[in-house]
Amino acid sequence: MANGTAHDTMAEPSFYEPKGFMSWLLTTDHKRIGIMYLVTISFFFLVGGVFALLMRYELLTPEADFLSPHTYNVFFTMHGSLMVFFFIVPGVAASLGNFLIPLMIGARDVAFPKLNLGSYWVYLAGTAILFGALLQPADTGWTYYTPYSVQSQTDVVLITLGVFVLGFSSILTGMNFIVTIHKLRCPGMTWSRLPLFIWASYATAILQLLATPVVGITLLLLIAERTLGIGFFDPAKGGDPILFQNFFWFYSHPAVYIMVIPAFGIISEIIPVFAKKPIFGYKAIAYSSFAIAIISFFVWLHHMFVSGISETAAAIFSFLTMLVAIPTAIKVFNWTATMYRGSISLESPMLYALSFLFLFTIGGLTGVYLGALAVDVHLHDTYFVVAHMHYVMIGGTVFGFFGAIHFWYSKWFGRMFNELVAKIAWFFFFVGFNVTFFPQFFMGVQGMPRRYATYPAEFQTYHEISTYGSWILAVGVVIMFVNLIAGLFSKEKAPVNQYGSLSLEFTVPSPPPHENFKDIPTVTDWTYGYGKK
Amino acid sequence: MEQAAHHAEHELDPALEYSSSKLGMWLFLGTEILLFGGLFAAYAIFRAKFPEMFSEQHKELDIFKGGLNTVVLIFSSLTMAIAVWAAQKGDKKKVVIFMVITIICGLIFGVVKYFEYSAKLDHHIYPSTSIFFGLYYLMTGLHMIHVFVGLCILGVIAYLAHIGKFTKDYYTPVEVGGLYWHLVDLIWIYLFPLLYLVG
Repeated sequence: MANGTAHDTMAEPSFYEPKGFMSWLLTTDHKRIGIMYLVTISFFFLVGGVFALLMRYELLTPEADFLSPHTYNVFFTMHGSLMVFFFIVPGVAASLGNFLIPLMIGARDVAFPKLNLGSYWVYLAGTAILFGALLQPADTGWTYYTPYSVQSQTDVVLITLGVFVLGFSSILTGMNFIVTIHKLRCPGMTWSRLPLFIWASYATAILQLLATPVVGITLLLLIAERTLGIGFFDPAKGGDPILFQNFFWFYSHPAVYIMVIPAFGIISEIIPVFAKKPIFGYKAIAYSSFAIAIISFFVWLHHMFVSGISETAAAIFSFLTMLVAIPTAIKVFNWTATMYRGSISLESPMLYALSFLFLFTIGGLTGVYLGALAVDVHLHDTYFVVAHMHYVMIGGTVFGFFGAIHFWYSKWFGRMFNELVAKIAWFFFFVGFNVTFFPQFFMGVQGMPRRYATYPAEFQTYHEISTYGSWILAVGVVIMFVNLIAGLFSKEKAPVNQYGSLSLEFTVPSPPPHENFKDIPTVTDWTYGYGKK
Repeated sequence: MEQAAHHAEHELDPALEYSSSKLGMWLFLGTEILLFGGLFAAYAIFRAKFPEMFSEQHKELDIFKGGLNTVVLIFSSLTMAIAVWAAQKGDKKKVVIFMVITIICGLIFGVVKYFEYSAKLDHHIYPSTSIFFGLYYLMTGLHMIHVFVGLCILGVIAYLAHIGKFTKDYYTPVEVGGLYWHLVDLIWIYLFPLLYLVG
């Protein structure tokens, strides 16, 4: 622009230059696109969170005195749809992946920068459709199970169309990342030197490519069922509602790992830095992501143990489900071993990473309970499942995601947040999360079913504790967001390498210039050589 | 602004762009097959469930029009391949000619399909008539959307070829667009026997 000579001088302008709304909307810079994803998904996280808080408020008493049962159904549908399809699935992989993948592998951008912007636009189009769908919001739950989703009077077509469009964004982003990781690694960045976040992103991208088209066609079939009156899922016309469940979970179980594998990558990056030790079991962690990705395609039937499937199939899928625990445990043990005799410093990213280890282990192990056939019959569709899922999704993914935001904050924004406030926010979030969801395990075992606005009075104590916990959790999230936003306005500039990481993204200025690297770097060692020098 | 935009738009070197684009397109084609895979799975399940329905109702489909379309599409794949071959040689004129022939074939396919659909609707055969016709309309309809998208892509690429964007060393869009068109053709080659012949 005006200062055309700027990049001849020492300080290259950061990627925030030039300013202006259009320059963001039309950018092909992966860092800007990452930030746009970050802002958009944060918005949906907060909206989805408000739905959750209102539901928890309703559950304070056994009667439906705050929300009508129909409104409650709408709220849990919106909460689930927003959090799954608009926040976790597209967001964590795309926001962090966009920002970090080129920087970590020593590239100037992703392989297809224009397509990358296009993916974001497709994502926005999906969200626009979602807002249309809010006029007459669906009440089917985020799984859109037939036959109810065909019969419901609410607008199921629009919201599933929104999710279908989002799927395209997910597919194109995954394809972009795979090609980027294959083709644009800088000299010396061999596969065995890749940061583990890249390995995790690669596994995630494969899942996005393989699973998303299937949910796409599933939702198309559902839309065709509602609009054209085809009877694929309608027993009266010879169709089969179970077919929908099969199709849906064939995508949606791998999607669970689309959500959580990026968090595995984050944890693998954070723990060595704060333990000052090389990552333990690099290859085991890298390959186990792929093992999880592969196994995840062969476990979908465990969502349907009580849907009337054959016992043989159920037994096989129960066994396969247990298998997921092996690569997952390999990761947890390796992260723990990384910390063994390390000199650990407990700054906010590490607090989130340690919480991840603790909470995700609970989430993972309760998953094994649910994978066991006899136990699942008892626990299916109870609050036990709700608690398990939130321990994986929040305790795993969201804790990892928040840890990542704190860890790379200085790099993204070139400023720093207040560390003490960040720790206080973490404390509220951690305590609030556990107070909210731990009682739900007990409720579930005692038979409290999910998705009801009302419940027998005997469960009220648990529900009260859970609701109070949701308020503590909300306080933590609010403090965290205020702290992170306030940090943007701090006067103090962040150093190039806040925490002493050896990864490539910490060799460029904070915030990085356009095209990241003045000269493409050459790598001679892996990124985890901590504590040796 | 303009300068900044140019700055951000780093150019890959042509060889890397070529191999990246091809890898990207192959991955995308994989996802397309998975998308149709859901429909093929539904076909297999319902055919096993209602063999009589499939063997009865497939007789309603117009084998002549379906067969004609098959020939047209296979021929268009040939002309597309010739266009790519011409692009490799840097023969701009041939690229444009053969791409236009490809596009015309695609249009013929669409016209035949239009007559086929309207004949079906005249006979009061709708997607809701039976599971078989639901599958017929959905599978061919989704394929038709792909033909339409493919025609748009080929149209843009043919125009770019016409204004001389491609050389012997740079013809990635022709090749990648061709890959997409072959997939559209390939899916039809599976749809035709499954719906019209086997039933």
